[in-house]
Parts: sequence; structure tokens; C-alpha cells
Amino acid sequence: MFKFVSMRLLQSIVVMLVVGLIAFGLFRFVGDPINNMVGQDTTLAEREALTESLGLNDPFLVQYGRFVSNAVQGDFGMSYRLRQPVSGLIAERFPATLELSLISAFLALALGVPMGIYTALKPKSIITRGFMTLSLMGVSLPTFLIGILLILFFGVTLRWLPTFGRGEVIDLGWWSTGFLTASGLKSLILPAITLAIFQMTLIVRLVRAEMLEVLRTDYIKFAHARGLSPRLINFSIALRNTLVPVITIIGLQVGSIIAFAIITESVFQWPGMGLLFIQAVSEVDIPVMAAYLLLIAFVFVVINLVVDILYFVVDPRLRVQS
Amino acid sequence: MSKTLLDIKDLVVEFPSRHGDVIAAKDVCLSVASGEILGVVGESGAGKSTIGNAVMGLLERPGRVGGGEVFLDGEKISGKSQVEMRKIRGKRIGMIFQDPLTSLNPLETIAKQLIGTIQTHLGFNDAEARERAISLLDQVGIPNPSERVDHYPHQFSGGMRQRVVIALALCAEPEVILADEPTTALDVSIQAQILDLLRKLVREKGVGMIIITHDMGVIAEVADRVAVMYRGVVVETGPTAKILGNPDHPYSRSLISAVPRPDVRLHRFPMVESIEAAGERKELDLSTHWLGKVRDFGQNEGSLLKVDNLEMVFKTGGMFGSGSSVVRAVDDVSFDIRHGECFGIVGESGSGKSTIARLVTSIYKSAGGSINFAGTDLTKIKKRKELNVHRRQMQMIFQDPFSSVNARMRVRDIIAEPIRFHKLASSEAETRQIVDDLLDHVGLGAKAAVKYPHEFSGGQRQRISIARALATRPRFLICDEPTSALDVSIQAQILNLLKDLQDELGLTMMFISHDLPVIRQMCDRVGVMSKGKMVEIAETEELFVAPKHDYSKHLISLMPSYTGLMNKESNHAEAGQAEAS
Repeated sequence: MFKFVSMRLLQSIVVMLVVGLIAFGLFRFVGDPINNMVGQDTTLAEREALTESLGLNDPFLVQYGRFVSNAVQGDFGMSYRLRQPVSGLIAERFPATLELSLISAFLALALGVPMGIYTALKPKSIITRGFMTLSLMGVSLPTFLIGILLILFFGVTLRWLPTFGRGEVIDLGWWSTGFLTASGLKSLILPAITLAIFQMTLIVRLVRAEMLEVLRTDYIKFAHARGLSPRLINFSIALRNTLVPVITIIGLQVGSIIAFAIITESVFQWPGMGLLFIQAVSEVDIPVMAAYLLLIAFVFVVINLVVDILYFVVDPRLRVQS
Repeated sequence: MSKTLLDIKDLVVEFPSRHGDVIAAKDVCLSVASGEILGVVGESGAGKSTIGNAVMGLLERPGRVGGGEVFLDGEKISGKSQVEMRKIRGKRIGMIFQDPLTSLNPLETIAKQLIGTIQTHLGFNDAEARERAISLLDQVGIPNPSERVDHYPHQFSGGMRQRVVIALALCAEPEVILADEPTTALDVSIQAQILDLLRKLVREKGVGMIIITHDMGVIAEVADRVAVMYRGVVVETGPTAKILGNPDHPYSRSLISAVPRPDVRLHRFPMVESIEAAGERKELDLSTHWLGKVRDFGQNEGSLLKVDNLEMVFKTGGMFGSGSSVVRAVDDVSFDIRHGECFGIVGESGSGKSTIARLVTSIYKSAGGSINFAGTDLTKIKKRKELNVHRRQMQMIFQDPFSSVNARMRVRDIIAEPIRFHKLASSEAETRQIVDDLLDHVGLGAKAAVKYPHEFSGGQRQRISIARALATRPRFLICDEPTSALDVSIQAQILNLLKDLQDELGLTMMFISHDLPVIRQMCDRVGVMSKGKMVEIAETEELFVAPKHDYSKHLISLMPSYTGLMNKESNHAEAGQAEAS
């Protein structure tokens, strides 16, 4: 177990270094950083001095090393656009995105897994057909359309819920949370649902397919032949076996919720990282883009690590190295 | 006579479909008494397993019991609700499934699965249930049960897992046990142990057992009485010795005559026509036909294939070399195959039989030793083109008829592929003609050319494989368990076909099988494999009469002895006299 986890950690570090190389490549080769920093009337000598002082004349590897060591310490340089440290910008935006993502991931799982199980156990019931039709719509409707429709209905027509922003937030140290105010919670509802719907429908279909597969296996038949109760068979034996492959996909989905909340954040003007990233792209704010790239890679690496460890917990076949 | 435990009366099982009901079992009457083993035998599709599932109330939808009654110890259990059946399943009727590798939940320890079942039926507390679990494992012969109980299924071997499955079926001391092909997935030596165990349990506990199987050997070993099923109908029931020795029904008779005999070598298998038409072979005139041409490869004396000190190693485990282990799949194996002979390789699973076939055909690269084919060392050849010249002369027939032909190609293209690849025909028209002739020759008929493989049964697909193998005009045929996925009547047909082709075309064969009776019928000489080594090479008759190596003796002793297996001549004569008088 320890050996396995430490192997995975080592691999994760390699992945992060490679992503770092790409992020650094952005800095170094996309555009000229000096041009982005100085005005029109800077002299050549001044530019030379700035290049020298920023270490841009050093060999490639030295610069990469410096970039990595800075990044490890949380220093991603200055945003070209806002003239603020990137790390500060990210820290400001990160809580908003994470809160939104976690709530929608929770929604997707809490609704999607039971619906998947139900549709697998009762493949012929009317409710199943309803669920499957809804999930087909959920998979095929684009996120922004769902968001806009929700805004139109709940925000504009009914005027029940706010349609943009985070509402009031309360600062807990460096973390700002919308969980503790009524307006913060109300603001969370629409974007969280929008973000959750696609993931949920995907989870429903995945769990259903896997579960149907498991229900056909010999050990389920054998469990029935031993007279075990259907509840024990369906929820203890079948569900656990279903979850083994489902965990991987769900892990990656949670990662992509965090990484690709961009569209939802744009629709709801949610002050998260996605919005920051979109603005950075339109203004060629390379330090912000590089930092975002690294952060998302980090999120995926962490999630994969967690998924691998969960595998270990769920599936005993992996525990004993034969 | 002990009391009747399970009594099945006029059971009908039907599967409704768009084209009317399919009757899977019709008016089936079976009964089993305490301490008795009833064998239910038949070929695939005969409805054997359906009966077991119907008794348990586990028919898969849309199947349903269409009539008849089932009594358990005098109480009618057919027509009970699922909730009531749950109190019978596992508690009063236990069931054992075919494949021990898939019958156990891989994510739970043996203890948890046993305790769950015990508590469901007997209401024990945790400690009592655990104690019972351990004593059950002890009863089924698992060594060191108090420790093994906490292991997961994957930590047990196949035979041990089947013992666990049996322990699970015994949890609540059922009165009747249904065993559906309990040993089919196991090696012969493990099979013998499991059958011993089942017999012991039946005698000691006085349970009644129904063993459903396609394997006459299993029936001969353990069954007291036998019911023969054919297309959903029990055609004959009687004591084992009677059914195996002197069956009345024509189907039972032909089924039993198709079983390869372990004791005497026959020139051909008697044909069974009842299940699937054997396929009329249209013989070709080989002296003029393409297939018969260029059969003269020059030298025809001595060895065609000579294998010396062959080695093959598989590495497993660690990506960085740590904790990796080496499996010697083929360990210093030497043998030779003479022109025109059929050389058998026999051994249990994992003994390296198939690896040798793959080494000889250069699918795997050997780790050492030499493979001399018609005077050329194949291991020395580097160029693919050069290798293909030799590969054309050797062809392979695989075990699984379903995955060894490309499902997306028409039969014509499947068989024409090697002809086109090796450019053996001068024109496309000639290729087509050859394919049609080959199909006729293996008994499928030229009409088969335009069909796809899924339109054929297992036996017919194996004929396609054979036609494809013949399409390169090979001199050497490697058959890797060519009939072990087939029913015994189909097996007899395929083996006859192989024998005929060998005679007509002067083929040399390497015949790999785990089935000793089949080896005895097919081969001139046999090599016995055990754990990657070839422990004995002998003339077939010599091996079966007087094996030398301990492992060969062990294997031969495990071969099912069909005591009183129908002795055609004498029994038929007797039966004839009985009828006459």
C-alpha cells in the first residue's frame, strides 16, 4: 500500500513537472514578456536592463528551474492586465469556484447514483423511462442553454432567485464563503444546478450500464440461489461491484467540473477562476493562464491519486500484490 | 429405499417469444432420494440447466413454468411466491454453479459471504456464524480454515474456490443440492477431488443431489441414476450402469457411442445424427484438384518437426524490475514429429501446451533452443518473408470457434484470405472455386460461402476454421484443443473429419488436448506436459497401458473409467436377443 501510494506520488510529480514545462513554455515563447510590461516609449537600454533583471537572458533550464521553484512557493508572477500578483488573484477566486463545484458534484452524485441504481433494478417501470428521457435531454442540451433557461424562468419570470454573482460573502481568514448568508446560498442554487445537470445525467447512465452488467454475473445469480434477500444482493453485493469502474469516471468528472466551470461561470457572472481565465485569454494575460493551467493539472493529479487510493479500499484484488 | 426428497412431475418450461412459445423443457419427470445422486446429461440446448433454474424459481425472464409440479419432501414448492422461495433457496435446496472463478463476489472475504448466508437462514449471531463458517470450510477440505476464512476469493485456486462455493451451498444444511456442471471449468485432477467431495457429502449427510452435466465421465464417476435429456425432453431414466452400458433410446445410444473411449482405440467415431446433421462431404478428386497438387514437399522420411531444448519465459509483475517473477512456461522441451503422424501433447491447464504451439508457429519468440521444420531452424530466421514460406506449410486450428474467425467477414473471404495472401491461386475466379470446393470438402457446402460466421453453430464454425487451415495447402496442422468447446456428438464429427483429412492429404498433425480419451483416439505418439516440462514421450498405446513417469500414471489414473460403458457388439447382440425372445 505504502509502496503503491509513494509510486503514484512520484508519478504525479513527474506529471506536474511536465505541465510546468508547458506552462513555462507559454511564458517564454508566446509573445515577448517585455513588450507586455513596458510602454511604447521605453528605450532599448531600459528594455535590456529589464530583460537582464528579470533573468530572461539566463539559459533555458535555469529559467525553468526558477519558474518551478517560484511556482512551488506559490509565486506565479504578476498579471499583465491587473498588475497584481497572480497568486493573490487566484486565491481570491478559488473559493468561489470550489464551493460551486463541490455543491454541484454533490448534487450530481446524490441524485445520479440512486437514479442509476433505480433504473437498473426496475428497467421496465414508467419512472425509469421518465428518468432515461430526462437524462437524454440533460446529456444533449448545452450547459449555457440550461443556464439561460433557468435564469429566464426562476430569475426573470418568477423572480425567486438571483441570476448573477455570489451574493454576500463572509471572509474566514483567506477563504471567502457564500455558505453562511442567505443571499450567498440563494445565489448558489441556479449555477450549481446548471453545472450538475450534465454530470448527473452522465452518472445515471454510467451507473445504470455498470449495474445491469453486474446483475448478470454469476455471483449475483449464486447469491439469489443462496436465498439472500434482494436488498442485500442489490445494495451490498451489486452496488459495490458497480462502483469499482464508476469511481474512475466520477473522479475525472469532478475534476472537469472544477476545470470547466467556465461556461457556467460566464453565464451567471460567477466570480470564480473560470471567469478570471476567460478574461485572461481575451487579454493575453499569460501569467494568469499559466497559473490556471498548473492549478487545474494539480487538481486532476490530486483527484487521480484519491481515485487510486479509493480503488485500493474498494477492491481487495489490488491490495495483495501477487 | 430411502425417501424421495425432490420430485419433479411433468414440468414444462416455456420462453415466450415473438414467434410463439419456445418450449425449453417438456413434461419432465425427475426425482431424487436422500443419499442419492441423479445425473442429468445432455448436450447444449437440451434444457438441463433450465430445469434447475425452474425448480429454484430463478428462471430468467421471460421464461416461465408452463405446467407441472415440484415437490420438496412432499410439500409442493412450484407456484410459490419469490418471498416464500427465498426461504427454500439456500436453506432447503442448495445450488452449485459451473465456474468457481465467477461465482464468488470478488470484493468480500469468504468469511463475510459465508456469514451473510448463514445468518440469513439460521439467525446465528456473528461469533456462532463465524464458527460455523470455519467448520464448513473444514468439511469441504480447505486446509487451515480459521485463517483462510478471512481471505478474498482471488487468493484461492480454482479448485479451492469450487470448495468454497460448495461450502456456501451447504451453509444451512439443505436437503437437496443442485450442481450445474460443477467440475466443467476444472482440471482433471481437481475434478476428481471435487467429485469425491460431493459424493462423500451426499453419503454422509444423506442429501439428495442432482448433477447436471454434459460430461459422461462425471456421470460414470458419481451418479447412481441417470436421466438423458434431448431437446427439452427426458428420453430415458435409469441406473447409471444400465444407461451407460445398455441404453434403450436411440438418442442415448448414439450419445454414448460418441464419447471417446478411454480403453480401446477405434478407427472412427460412430456418428450421431440426432443433434446436428453431420454435413455431407462431397469428396474431391485430390489427384487432379488444386488441394491435392504440390503435395510432394520432397523428403518424406524421418522427422518433419524437431524441437530441441525449447525454452520460453514469461515475466510478470514489477514495472521497475522490483518484485517481478519469472514463469518458465516451456522448460527445456525436446520432441520430434515424424512425417504423416499425429503427435499428441497432453497436460493440465498452465502446463505449457499452447505455448509450444505458439512457439512452433513463431507467434511467440523462443527464449532458447531450436525448432527444426523440414530441415530449417525457424528460430534462426530473421526475415518475415522467409518465415512466411514456412508458415504457409503449417496451419493452426484453435479452441474457441467463436473468437477464432472474424465475425465481420463472409466465410468466403475468411477462407480466401490465406490463398490471396500467399498468392496461391492464379485468378480471383480460381480462388472462389477453391473456396467452394474446400467448403464442400469439409462438409459445409459451397452455399456457406456467402454467409457470415454468426449464422453457424460451434461445430460448423470449427469446420470453417479447418477449411481456412487447408487453404494454404499445408503439410503440418496444429490443433489446439479443437473440440473442447464442442458437444460430444459434434466432437465426434470434427475428429472424424480431421482423421479423414489426415489420411487423404497425408498431413502431419500436432494435436493438443487435455482430454486423454480424445488423445487416445487421435494420436500415434503422445508427449505428456507438466509445469512446462515434457515428462514423458511414448507411443499412445504404450502410454495408456504402461505409463512410466509418475505424473503420467497420475493423469491416467484420473481418467474416468466408464465401467460397463456400452460395449457395442455384445450389448447390441444381447438387446437383439431380448427383443427376439
